[in-house]
Amino acid sequence: MLALVSPALLVILALIVLPVGWLAWQSIYHDGFTLENYRRVFTEEIYWRSFALTFEISLAVTLIALLLGYPVAYLANAVPKGWSILILSLVVLPFWTSVLVRAYAWLALLQRTGVINQFLRYLDVISEPLALVHNTFGTVVATVHILLPFMVLPLYATMQKIPGDLMQAGASLGASPSLTFFRVFLPLSLPGVLAGCTMVFVLCLGFYITPELLGGGRTVMVSMLVSRNVELYNQFGAASAVAVVLFASVLLIFFAVSRFISLDRVLGQK
Amino acid sequence: MTMKQKFGLSCALLGAIGLTSAADAAEQITFVSQGGAYQQAQTVAILDPSAKKLGITINQDSIPDAWPAIKTQVGSGKPIWDVVDTPTGNCLRGGEQGLIEKLDFSKIPNGAAMPEAYRSPYSVSYEFYSSVLSYSQKTFPKDAPNSWADFWDVKKFPGRRALRNHPFATLEAALMADGVAPDKLYPLDVDRAFKKLEEIKPHITVWWTSGAQSAQLLNDGEVDMEMAWNGRVSAVAKEGAKVAFTYNQGILQSTSLCILKGAPNLATAVKFLNEAVDPVHQANLPLNIDYGPGNPKAFETGVIKPERAAQLPSEPANAAKQALMSYAWWSSPAGEAAEKRWASFMQK
Repeated sequence: MLALVSPALLVILALIVLPVGWLAWQSIYHDGFTLENYRRVFTEEIYWRSFALTFEISLAVTLIALLLGYPVAYLANAVPKGWSILILSLVVLPFWTSVLVRAYAWLALLQRTGVINQFLRYLDVISEPLALVHNTFGTVVATVHILLPFMVLPLYATMQKIPGDLMQAGASLGASPSLTFFRVFLPLSLPGVLAGCTMVFVLCLGFYITPELLGGGRTVMVSMLVSRNVELYNQFGAASAVAVVLFASVLLIFFAVSRFISLDRVLGQK
Repeated sequence: MTMKQKFGLSCALLGAIGLTSAADAAEQITFVSQGGAYQQAQTVAILDPSAKKLGITINQDSIPDAWPAIKTQVGSGKPIWDVVDTPTGNCLRGGEQGLIEKLDFSKIPNGAAMPEAYRSPYSVSYEFYSSVLSYSQKTFPKDAPNSWADFWDVKKFPGRRALRNHPFATLEAALMADGVAPDKLYPLDVDRAFKKLEEIKPHITVWWTSGAQSAQLLNDGEVDMEMAWNGRVSAVAKEGAKVAFTYNQGILQSTSLCILKGAPNLATAVKFLNEAVDPVHQANLPLNIDYGPGNPKAFETGVIKPERAAQLPSEPANAAKQALMSYAWWSSPAGEAAEKRWASFMQK
């Protein structure tokens, strides 16, 4: 058995364990052992402000993606096969467009002279353009768009496995459609909800290009702290410490989630 | 290892040795710049002619921000690059940290002839650009803002504004807005600069992080005035946008050439560095892109026509209106502290 998996283990060692270990090492060793980088991460205001903002944005994005994604997944599950393929491909299609292009597309839509503001002005709904971008709002909108498939796909996969007989059984016992939905379908789809939310939340924690382009410079998420520490201040140790803390939070979230459902499920294996 | 494998390996090794010595015979260097239209322009104006004149091969690489790569390459003890075109501050900071070779100016006569402010023990100015006040001519058809004091005057010049999300040039602009003369900026009064920036902060719509972003903001009318690099503004203007800029109180900045410590082709790199700041090659650069030559002697070659020279940031009359950025100050401890303070200023 070990002989069979050892090549795979070597790949994991070389591509994951070594770099992460090196990262962690850099954060505590610079001309001697030091915890200075971590002291800064935990005590300096700018760091915890960034972490707080990142968690807030990730939470908002997750909730919005759930509210938007659930009905879509539900519909894709309820309609005949041909239609569900169409719906799912519309969800997945943006995947093939680069994140950068999509960020700029949102800029074209949301900015002062953008499509939405022009349209609202044409309709005389507003007299001054709305500030839709270069702030947290614009960042959240674009991030939701990019992460929505990660919500819809696990939801759809879970819903597919809910036996239709159960709904019929509910209905035959006299329950209204909304009652069967809330008492039968919704509870059975919860593992998918948890899986989708975990994926979206964790991916959002590491977002970089979208807040960089659409945040107007004020929406400083954790990943931007990492890049700024390297580019601006040339402090690889400080950047590593931030990355390690972010990495640890992700592991912690996965650990917490794994107590409720199997991790295979979150990662789409089952 | 079987005999056959051994044979194969020796052949491969011999081949590799053969390749390296062949390459050594024809001298070569690896030159790194920032890519895009800029690297294209310097290839035509400077790199190709220099390679031809010196009979060397110039391999090119590009990276938007060379600093992390310089640090890792030299840190690993085996740099693969020779000459880098990078903001002057990187050369100075790199020199102090032992990442950049100290230059022997007796071997670089073209550089030695340049004004002292344009070179350092580790670098030679290669090209100039300027952080200027640019504005929309639609919003300001007449009485356009003409100084950083105007930029700060939100009553007289209402409109949306953008600044670069970086302390370089921004602190200088704040101090000039507060009345400091362009030639009396250094050492920067950092407290005073940040205090002045707090004043304008609520009126800044976007803190841009890339040159492309600054161009887009101006082009799309997202902001009415901003600090931007002159080349970006003129590119937008050429495409038909109603935008303009002033060199008045611009902050003149340069990228420089420097050589990585332990560069694989050190001797050739020095030869190239001298050739690259030759006045005639330098004069060819602004014929291809809106940046000024690093060597002021380029303006005496007759290659740059007077009307073209007038548009360039480093043309003597334009340069006189501006502040010359002191990279020496920015790479000093006070400068580095100011850079670090920027992050907390942005997040407050």
